[in-house]
Amino acid sequence: MSEDKIEQEGPEEPSPLRLIGTLAVAGLASGIIIIAIYLATFETIKENKARELRESVFRVLPNVTKMQKLLLKEGKLVVSYEEEKGEEPIYAGYDDGGKFMGYAIPSDGPGFADTISVLYGYRPADRKVIGMWILASRETPGLGDKIYKDAKFVANFDDLAIEPPIVATKKGKSKPNEIDAITGATISSVAVVKIINKGNDYWVSKLPEPGNEPAYVEPVAPASPEAVDTQAP
Amino acid sequence: MAKEQHAYEEFMKGLWRENPVFVQVLGLCPLLAVTNSAINGLAMGLASFFVLLGSSILVSLLKNYIPKQVRISCFIIIIATFVTVVDYSLAAAMPVIHKELGAFIPLIVCNCLILGRMEAFASRNTLRMSIADAFGMGAGFLFALVALGGAREILGVGEFFGISLFGPNFDPWVIMILPPGGFITLGVMLLYFNWVEEKKNKLDARLAAEDGVN
Repeated sequence: MSEDKIEQEGPEEPSPLRLIGTLAVAGLASGIIIIAIYLATFETIKENKARELRESVFRVLPNVTKMQKLLLKEGKLVVSYEEEKGEEPIYAGYDDGGKFMGYAIPSDGPGFADTISVLYGYRPADRKVIGMWILASRETPGLGDKIYKDAKFVANFDDLAIEPPIVATKKGKSKPNEIDAITGATISSVAVVKIINKGNDYWVSKLPEPGNEPAYVEPVAPASPEAVDTQAP
Repeated sequence: MAKEQHAYEEFMKGLWRENPVFVQVLGLCPLLAVTNSAINGLAMGLASFFVLLGSSILVSLLKNYIPKQVRISCFIIIIATFVTVVDYSLAAAMPVIHKELGAFIPLIVCNCLILGRMEAFASRNTLRMSIADAFGMGAGFLFALVALGGAREILGVGEFFGISLFGPNFDPWVIMILPPGGFITLGVMLLYFNWVEEKKNKLDARLAAEDGVN
């Protein structure tokens, strides 16, 4: 920093305080804007996530129109509305009349590329998987992604016995516990099967006897305008 | 200096003559990562466009108040704020697209194209010129993303914006929507731009030579 350079540039060297001040103001303004946009979009994003989950549950459980979250507490499945850290929920689906139709069980495991998250429908009455939906995956486009893009593969899981454990076969399914693996995506197909078997291993023994499922409890109108008003400061 | 330039010239410069992708070869990370379909390219292009335009306006307005010693930090704070706004807005308004683009929306912060325009243009020019420049560069980047995404989607899936083009008998070139397809498509497009440039230079040289003769 020679003297003539400062002369050329006009304004003198700003004080450290000015530098700190500028950055502080920039950081403060940025923080306020980020908090504002976070608060403005929070409800919508939460609703989007809830809607996505509801749609996935309805997709794997046919004829289901209502659902509730269940958590395993002290060996018993209890209805829960709260978000809990580290929770491992499953979802119970009911028809219009509130009759229990099946469980939607999330499970995940390694795929060909990265973890695959699966949600599948399970009907305890006849011990069958009745639907499968991929929640998240990074499988190869055009090959591995057929595990959710190929309707024929997904339909494999519409009526599938879980005992003995599900098997993916390439020779054409012949038994009630077999599915047809996708040609060119065997690893991804087998991964989905393994993930569902893993979910069954964990959950099936913990589920109550068929007929003793938790009944549907009408939520206490959290979305009604009054309820929202009372929460406002 | 800025007043002599025409705003339209600045716009066209970004869109074509100095296209950020095809000529300056900037911002390739998001370009290669998200362009496996035209709609993803469009969404990424619009998000970057908005960030570039907003940051350019703010940097151009504040250029006299930002000491040059901390200018890069200030630019990054401004850009990051706009990116966060885009990230949350997209998550709220278009959750499906937001999920597809994933981590690449927050990564717009480190798109060298945007910081580059702040440093090279918006912090040295008038508001009007900065807006023209941002429009041009943003549109140029958007054009490149949609062109690349469109070409890869057409060849790799046989669709354009999700509309089937060739009927059920088309056997898609899966490679095109895989990472190598991105490099191949980009390579072909860069080849074309360089070829056009070379032809133009040759023409200019010939015209100059003829002028010399006459």
